[in-house]
Amino acid sequence: MLGDFEVVAGVEVHAELATKTKIFCGCTTEFGGEQNTHVCPVCLGLPGVLPVLNRQVVEYAIKTGLALNSEIAEFSKFDRKNYYYPDLPKNYQTSQYDLPICLGGYVEIEVDGVKKRIGITRVHMEEDAGKLVHSGATISTSDVSFVDYNRTGVPLLEIVSEPDLRSVDETVAYLEKLVQILDYIEVSDCRMEQGSVRFDVNVSLRPKGSDKFGIRTETKNLNSFSSVRRCMEYEIERQAEILSEGGQVIQETRTWDEGKGITLSLRSKEEAHDYRYFPEPDLVPMVIERKWVERVRESMPELPDSRRQRLLGLGLSAYDAGVITSSRDLAEFFDQALAKFKDAKTLANWVMGDFLGLLKAKGLLVQSSPVKPEGLAELLTLVENGTISGKIAKTVIGEMFETGKGAAEIVKEKGLVQISDTSALAGIIDEVVNSNPQSVADFKAGKERAIGFLVGQVMKETKGQANPGLVNKLLKEKLETM
Amino acid sequence: MDLTQLTAHELSDLLARRETSAVELVKAFSDRIDQVEENVKAFNILTRDKALEQAAKLDDKLARGEKPGPLEGIPMALKDNMCTKGVPTTCSSKILKSFVPPYNATVVERLAQAGSIMLGKLNLDEFAMGSSTENSAFAKTRNPWDLERVPGGSSGGAVASVSADEVVFALGSDTGGSIRQPAAFCGVVGLKPTYGYVSRFGLIAFASSLDQIGTLTKDVTDCALVMNVIAGHDPKDSTSAPVDKPDFTKSLINDIKGMRIGIPREYFGVGIDPEVDKVIRQAIAKLEELGAVVEECSLPHTEYAMPTYYLIAPAECSSNLARYDGVRYGYRAPESGDVVGMFKKSRAEGFGPEVKRRIMLGTYALSSGYYDAYYLKALKVRTLIKQDFDQAFEKFDLLLSPTAPTPAFKFGEKSANPLAMYLSDICTVPANLAGIPAISVPCGFADGLPVGLHLMGKAFDEGTLLRVAYTFEQNTDYHKVKPSLGVK
Repeated sequence: MLGDFEVVAGVEVHAELATKTKIFCGCTTEFGGEQNTHVCPVCLGLPGVLPVLNRQVVEYAIKTGLALNSEIAEFSKFDRKNYYYPDLPKNYQTSQYDLPICLGGYVEIEVDGVKKRIGITRVHMEEDAGKLVHSGATISTSDVSFVDYNRTGVPLLEIVSEPDLRSVDETVAYLEKLVQILDYIEVSDCRMEQGSVRFDVNVSLRPKGSDKFGIRTETKNLNSFSSVRRCMEYEIERQAEILSEGGQVIQETRTWDEGKGITLSLRSKEEAHDYRYFPEPDLVPMVIERKWVERVRESMPELPDSRRQRLLGLGLSAYDAGVITSSRDLAEFFDQALAKFKDAKTLANWVMGDFLGLLKAKGLLVQSSPVKPEGLAELLTLVENGTISGKIAKTVIGEMFETGKGAAEIVKEKGLVQISDTSALAGIIDEVVNSNPQSVADFKAGKERAIGFLVGQVMKETKGQANPGLVNKLLKEKLETM
Repeated sequence: MDLTQLTAHELSDLLARRETSAVELVKAFSDRIDQVEENVKAFNILTRDKALEQAAKLDDKLARGEKPGPLEGIPMALKDNMCTKGVPTTCSSKILKSFVPPYNATVVERLAQAGSIMLGKLNLDEFAMGSSTENSAFAKTRNPWDLERVPGGSSGGAVASVSADEVVFALGSDTGGSIRQPAAFCGVVGLKPTYGYVSRFGLIAFASSLDQIGTLTKDVTDCALVMNVIAGHDPKDSTSAPVDKPDFTKSLINDIKGMRIGIPREYFGVGIDPEVDKVIRQAIAKLEELGAVVEECSLPHTEYAMPTYYLIAPAECSSNLARYDGVRYGYRAPESGDVVGMFKKSRAEGFGPEVKRRIMLGTYALSSGYYDAYYLKALKVRTLIKQDFDQAFEKFDLLLSPTAPTPAFKFGEKSANPLAMYLSDICTVPANLAGIPAISVPCGFADGLPVGLHLMGKAFDEGTLLRVAYTFEQNTDYHKVKPSLGVK
């Protein structure tokens, strides 16, 4: 369908910041809560109230700007964006217009092995609006609508990309990377199911080779990567169809119908709001001291790209390094375990295999895992020093997930210590050799594989506790003397 | 002795000597209100029961031998655009007629802390937009000096209540002259402090970058006493200045020898009433006689102050008043159909004509395609006006002009012509644009009506204004003349 067209896309991301209190008052930002209980005269916009800026919001914006390679403005201010809607208590949103806190920057993505920088235009701070609950399907078809102002005044960052994205895959890769960064620097919870990150996607098509932009549409308020993907695929196909029939795309704002999987026109360019921006007179302009920016820079955690690079240096595969650094929590878990257990590759195998497998089976998040990094390191150390076998370790980690007990404790309780005592094994080996004459004969006849069966029998007799390497060695010695 | 004619400092002395009681004061002012309010119509609401309760508690305290603070037990009232917890706060607008704030403005808290006793809320031009209080949705407040004339505005109820001895002092708000112009019309002392000196938290906004709460008192000493209570930084107001507040009474010095006073010639231009001009010239002569050095000067951008003001103030107002939409509080028009219909009908029925005019002017000035030519240009001119003052204050300690070009006018005289009405603020608007303090003090009479002397000072230099005003007052008797409460 795309034919001779090229996709040009850009995204505006709205991320709720993880501050404890709202941007201009002391109300909690906690999600949910009974309707209109996380409110006060200030966030309800009652007559006579005034906003006081939450310093943490500015700090998080600086942190985000640094993570996105942006320039942090020395002078920044808030502006009023004026429009009427019942979820907006003052009928204006306090936002930033011509002097945002962060300018420029980029995010590096990789699609099909090709690296690319996606430009960031700006990052600005603003307040969220409330939530409407309609008795019918929409505000215009409802007899009654209710407003919940709990979310009003929750701080948001709006992150605007350059129109640098050239495919759906690039767009999704960019958004995944951006959300990963926000998660890493802990400025947002990024809980998409709670709507704490929302995307407005601008899409246009142009003939391949053209350097002029086509006419774009903006689809607002998507709240998952999969919605972005489906929405873009639909919108690209819709626009390609119009253009290939010689028609013209209409510049407009559209909305995504998740159920039907289509975009619908919301308002045309002519119907677009005139927001009548002007400087917010109730707040003083901000002068952001360089000392502050430097302090934030020094406190920045390691970002996903450099972390991934470091893990590659420790000998991890690109795939393993990618999975482990996909979330800050998992990467932190890995690093904490690595501090106690130095074999990165073995650790990675266990984290990617049994650890993540058991987490998934239990439906748990890394941060709520009953097995802590030190616990996993302790388990792997027991394997490394020969106290238990790798096979036993798989049983032990399952037990650790069930009971929350430590590896050494479980090994001791259940008597799982590996038998590495030659004299203790000699009797069992004798017994196995005596009761399996056929296998002994096979071995003597040159069938090397027969020894595997005999080792297995010894392991069975010792309930897996025998040191398999030692059993192998002792068996060979015994057979050679026969 | 008529207690209602006394000032706060005089009444405080009586309370301290236990020659009167707080309850007796509330009753005396209550009686005075009963006697004159029918003619003056200063109040939107009276809170006399609460006042009596508060007074009785205070008297218990005084009976135990505690000394009253300077404003403790002093009856006062507030312009009805300052939020009072549990007491309706209407802005004299139909749209807020039913609004009862769940919180106090910072100034209300501070006055309560100081023990002042509130007798009620005072009438104003709707949302403080006007110069005669004729724009109130509720009542026409009358000028106690001539009941056929306006008290000025927008703090018309506040000045009339002080002038008619219904209260000892009142708080008003001043966006373009709303304290000073009516103070001049009714012969009281009105101070608009430096922008940011008094918290705006809880003051229902008209134009945020210009609004400032200030005092209406019977003399300059009371002005200093009230400032001591209400001024000072407030963490709830980000535009409140982080400066230390002085003891303003320290500036009450009867000596202005060598004080340099500039007389900007632009303030004596076309439209000034010859009688007013004469009275002001006499006041200037008096100040010279008292040792001030007076010299004419120029503030060249003065002629642009009115157009600048009438772009910035309506622009901010159009946004500040957007919240009155019938959704959460205030007036909601019945049977208005869908949500947009509810917005439109509630606002169409809830706002009066002057408020609508300014919302439309401001919306226009901020609209895409007009912003640069109007709003942005106005901001630039505002900077030029500020620079005029900065330059003048390099040479002068303060500047002097009439507060208003004319004395109080008659009801209806200017209400048909908004531009004529706007011009009555021509001398007061520049101080709001520059954010500097200015005071109006009684300085004589033109055709039997009070005339105000307008003094403008450097930012946060209220001290110099108070000193000159105090010296003038100590050497004249204009502030002691009482209105007749009749018709001239």
